[in-house]
Amino acid sequence: MNNDIYLDNSATTPVSEEVIEAMLPYWQVEYGNASSLHSFGRRAHIAMEESRARLAASLSASEREIIFTASASEANNLAIKGLAFSGINKYHIITSQIEHPSVGKVCQWLEKQGFTVTYLPVDQEGMVDPDELAATITDDTLLVTIMYGNNEIGTVQPISQIAEICREQGVIFHTDAVQAYGKIPLALENVDMLSATAHKLHGPKGVGMLYLRRGIKLSPLIHGGGHERGLRSGTENIAGIVGFAKAVEIAFAEMEVLRDRLEGFREQLIETITAIPKTKLNGQRKGSLPHITNISFMAIEGESLVMKLDEHGIATSTGSACSSPNLEPSHVLLAIGTPIVMAHGSLRISTGRRTTQEEIDRFLTILPQVVEELREISPFKINT
Amino acid sequence: MYSEKVIEHFRNPHNKGRLEKYSAIGKVGNIACGDVMWLYIKVGRNANDEEIIEDISWETFGCTAAIATSSMVTEIAKGKTLKEAAAIQNKEVADTLGGLPPVKMHCSLLAVDALSEAIYNYLQAKGDVIPEVLVKRHAHVEKESKEFDERYSSLMSKSN
Ligand code: FES
Repeated sequence: MNNDIYLDNSATTPVSEEVIEAMLPYWQVEYGNASSLHSFGRRAHIAMEESRARLAASLSASEREIIFTASASEANNLAIKGLAFSGINKYHIITSQIEHPSVGKVCQWLEKQGFTVTYLPVDQEGMVDPDELAATITDDTLLVTIMYGNNEIGTVQPISQIAEICREQGVIFHTDAVQAYGKIPLALENVDMLSATAHKLHGPKGVGMLYLRRGIKLSPLIHGGGHERGLRSGTENIAGIVGFAKAVEIAFAEMEVLRDRLEGFREQLIETITAIPKTKLNGQRKGSLPHITNISFMAIEGESLVMKLDEHGIATSTGSACSSPNLEPSHVLLAIGTPIVMAHGSLRISTGRRTTQEEIDRFLTILPQVVEELREISPFKINT
Repeated sequence: MYSEKVIEHFRNPHNKGRLEKYSAIGKVGNIACGDVMWLYIKVGRNANDEEIIEDISWETFGCTAAIATSSMVTEIAKGKTLKEAAAIQNKEVADTLGGLPPVKMHCSLLAVDALSEAIYNYLQAKGDVIPEVLVKRHAHVEKESKEFDERYSSLMSKSN
């Protein structure tokens, strides 16, 4: 198993040693409920608040602006539905065509509740046009929600520009920063809400957060004991929260070094893979998230490619229709204008903290063989 | 998600590639997922002088299940009389593979369609009577193929 190469870090990441260590006491020793009056409770509460402070500092925010949730999907739901039902008499939402389903599906659902949603198109690299966005804002616009960095193709949006437009127009701006937070420096000046999660940063699964700028009122999704300033009831996952904070601490301390390394890998991946005939990079050539590379191969199908690589112990993913439960190709690839036949042969390679040069080299020797094998049994012959 | 048997056939598919000499081809595609399968048959005769599938092969642009069912349908059909081969059901292909996930059942249908289509084309070229079941499947295949040709025109022009 040690020979396995994990290149699916956009799906999830292994939890770092240091993170596990930081979490350990909170299962059996410091297991208190942070709401309890006794010392067990107080210690749990302190651990939670220290973690909250650390996350707040990473966003140059104040502690009270951090709301813990059980996932980034929940944070996205809380931000969007919570604002939609907060009592503001505005019923128009602007988003993009390449959002994660935990934003896209929420918007579709809100349409059924009477809201109007604008799904902004993106260009060939997956970029939203800020001018186009500005032009779609109306008096009725409640919220703009645009993801920071795309989970499939890695495209980073011009968030500071978009957020500034929203601020000028008095529209609340939310960004799903799941893939970008802790990976690249974020421009947060005019951002009102931001979602993130621990498990993409070598932290534990089951803990996310919403940054909520002071003064913005949301309606909670989960009512109950009034945890998280009434916005998210439910006994806090102290171990998870402590692990999240530790993972963030490491991610921010290492950011520059890791980013350089992953950018180097991305360069090498793009150079080597696009040298294979009939391939195409999906997303940005420059300025992308460093850890995500998405490439399409003509005449082969992505699920087969993922399975063939899996045979060699290599974990990747694809936006092919065959791999989706409803047989639909990735909405992101379609939105950037990828022809269906190329979306069919897409491969996402996502690196992480543990990825080594040796692994990248090995992957790059195996991949062309596998592509060759699959092209050999394809009825469509690539003339090389 | 996939059975051992599916993985096994995916990893070591039988009868892959293009027959050097073949009597007919069946070309099919599934418009929903976008997968394409071409199946080649060489018709011969058995001791009773019935027409049989003497040799068979395939080329597939598709998912794990599409490749595994290509392999399996050709295994099942090899040596069978044309009549027997035309009667193969997709459920038999899927069952022999230890089952397929529900969303992947259509892959086995694609495999059976490709086989039927090859036999159809063979019989039609010869001017023989074509069994009802093949005529029906052919009509369905034809309907999908028009849309397909457009989508894959960029690839089609590069193949021979
Ligand atoms: S997913 Fe369509 S043939 Fe397999």
